Amino acid sequence: MVQFLSMDGKLHVPDEWAQYGEYLNRLTEADYLKFYRDMARIRRFDNEATALQRQGQLGLWIPAIGQEAAQIGSGYGVGPNDHIFPSYREHGVALTHGIDLMSILKMLRGVNHGGWNPDETRFHLYAIVLGSQVLHATGYAMGVNFDGNVATGNPDVDQAVITYFGDGATAEGDVSEGLLFAAINKTPQVFFCQNNQWAISSSTASQTTVPLFRRGEGFGVNGVRIDGNDVLASYAVTAKHMDDARNGLGPYFIEALTYRIGAHTTSDDPTKYRSNEEVDYWKARDPLKRLEIFLREQGVGQVFFDDVAASGDALAEEIRLATFALANPPFENMFNHVYSEPHPLIEEQMAWLENYEGSFEDEGHLAHQTTAIQVVETPDVIQVNNEGGAA
Amino acid sequence: MSNFVEMPIAKAINAGLRQAMALDPKVLLFGEDIAELGGVFRVTEGILNQFGPTRIMNSPIAESGIVGTAIGLAMRGYRPVVEMQFDGFIFPAFDQITTQLAKMQNRSEGFLKMPVVIRVPYGGGIGAVEHHSESPEAYFAHTPGLRVVSPSNPNDAYWMIQQAIASNDPVMFFEPKRRYWQKGPVNLDTPPMPLHAARVLREGNSATIACYGPMVTVALQAAEIAAEEGIHLEVIDIRSLSPIDFTTIVESVKKTGRLVVASEASNFVSVSSEIAARVAEQAFYHLEAPVLRVGGFDVPYPPAKLEELFLPDADRILEAVDRILAY
Repeated sequence: MVQFLSMDGKLHVPDEWAQYGEYLNRLTEADYLKFYRDMARIRRFDNEATALQRQGQLGLWIPAIGQEAAQIGSGYGVGPNDHIFPSYREHGVALTHGIDLMSILKMLRGVNHGGWNPDETRFHLYAIVLGSQVLHATGYAMGVNFDGNVATGNPDVDQAVITYFGDGATAEGDVSEGLLFAAINKTPQVFFCQNNQWAISSSTASQTTVPLFRRGEGFGVNGVRIDGNDVLASYAVTAKHMDDARNGLGPYFIEALTYRIGAHTTSDDPTKYRSNEEVDYWKARDPLKRLEIFLREQGVGQVFFDDVAASGDALAEEIRLATFALANPPFENMFNHVYSEPHPLIEEQMAWLENYEGSFEDEGHLAHQTTAIQVVETPDVIQVNNEGGAA
Repeated sequence: MSNFVEMPIAKAINAGLRQAMALDPKVLLFGEDIAELGGVFRVTEGILNQFGPTRIMNSPIAESGIVGTAIGLAMRGYRPVVEMQFDGFIFPAFDQITTQLAKMQNRSEGFLKMPVVIRVPYGGGIGAVEHHSESPEAYFAHTPGLRVVSPSNPNDAYWMIQQAIASNDPVMFFEPKRRYWQKGPVNLDTPPMPLHAARVLREGNSATIACYGPMVTVALQAAEIAAEEGIHLEVIDIRSLSPIDFTTIVESVKKTGRLVVASEASNFVSVSSEIAARVAEQAFYHLEAPVLRVGGFDVPYPPAKLEELFLPDADRILEAVDRILAY
């Protein structure tokens, strides 16, 4: 397992991982601070989103607490021309590529199903059907090959693709087919598996008998396991294999061993299937804490950490107010993009709904839409705090 | 003066594919055994020689992978045309088609286009083993975000495949496999009509037969036989199963007052059912008799020795015509 930053914040590059360690030389002090700042900000965002869900402002929240190093590190390992195909928990990766985090909250409030522009952001839409995005990434990477955007040596031309998925998704056939199509087509692609050890209530042991980083071997896609709670390993290994992919060396599989500290979603109750001892074990391996220890030992002072905390609180305040201000979508949104080209059934039904709603005059439903969010009863076991997230 | 060429449906699809590929370098073909072999039905025969291996490729035998990667290629700006080897082999791709392909434009609020065509040889009558004779079109017609079409003759095959490829929406292209080698004239200059328009193939005033794909030939036979008895059937080739050109069907029913809808697909919750419901809504006062559906039975497609009993023939259509004329 590739690890550069131990849980007590010590940096060490073992000889066997020197090829990855070289990538740390690319980092400046500012990058280390950026890693920490983003990890802390996305955790603060995550906690705020959980609170917003508990207050009925979001229909659902999908916490990623504990996975910040895997996401921020790998996100910064992805180049400015590369494309990212996330699953549905990659809020940290989104942050590293400038996605407006409100786009994610909008979706979870029920305003839309995504709606950001994947061409412009290079960060594709969240995929809720497990593993489905792996094939889209592979097809996209096949297109990168067909377009000749691989191994030209020109950094403005060469591109690679990264796809994120979890341990649970590896059981889906689409992930295996994605590996096969990638190998056959030698796509410029990284398969980034965040093994957070729980697929809702199913443990990794119920998903695989062979370590996941070896899943690609039979297809011809080699893999490596990294300490997913080490942001430096996550950055370096991702950057290296994205470079290799851009340079025409084909696909690679990265398993980031991490842990989902929080619930699967706010509808989940992890106390039913895992022990407090296990969660405590992983809290001790918190990705932020070890980077904080490291930075403090490097002489980074309290002023920085105070500033990060204040910036996180400001972000939380900002998204809270922006969530309150989110308007319900106009009814046309339900119809407008089902097809690109005119479709008589859609036009007929949209006109009917408009007419029907209009027939209520003062009571018109469209004019008085109630909030799309229903406060549902959920297990009262997930308490929000600003330290370790939902626990 | 238009340039007419006689060719069978399979060759017309082949010619249409080549035309689309020549016009747009982003059109790519892939599927199982479609390159050197030309597909199990030889529909893509010779395309490899003309366009080379960067434009037409064999895929691993993984239908979900074929459709899933086609989606990714469409995101990259390509216009993939993929082949499902047989109707009964489409189901491993059902998830990618219904949860991803059909919904991607809506999910992205229009930022993404999905110009993917899925070619599906469908229907029975070829004496095949299980899973090689099915008519699964209703599953896809029921799925918002997809377009579903089926040509019945070479001219439509030639033009409809090109129109499907030109569409920015995903199109399920159902090819009547038992009619692949049925010949007819193809007008190489002018498309006959828009992709989603139905066509009145034969005019009549006694009753309307609405049908599509492989059943069109059967309905025309029925109309010939009926004409000898002085019964004049109007035959409509629906051509598009989603959306459906209800206007053409309803106008015909307003004239004839009677409708039979014929398909190889089982009747229960079918395209035929939708047409019957719509006609009841839109032509109620014009109907002289209930709308009848003539289709496959609601059983798994039978072994080859029983398929003649399963598939509606001209007599089955005429039996239904007799019943609606008796009202």
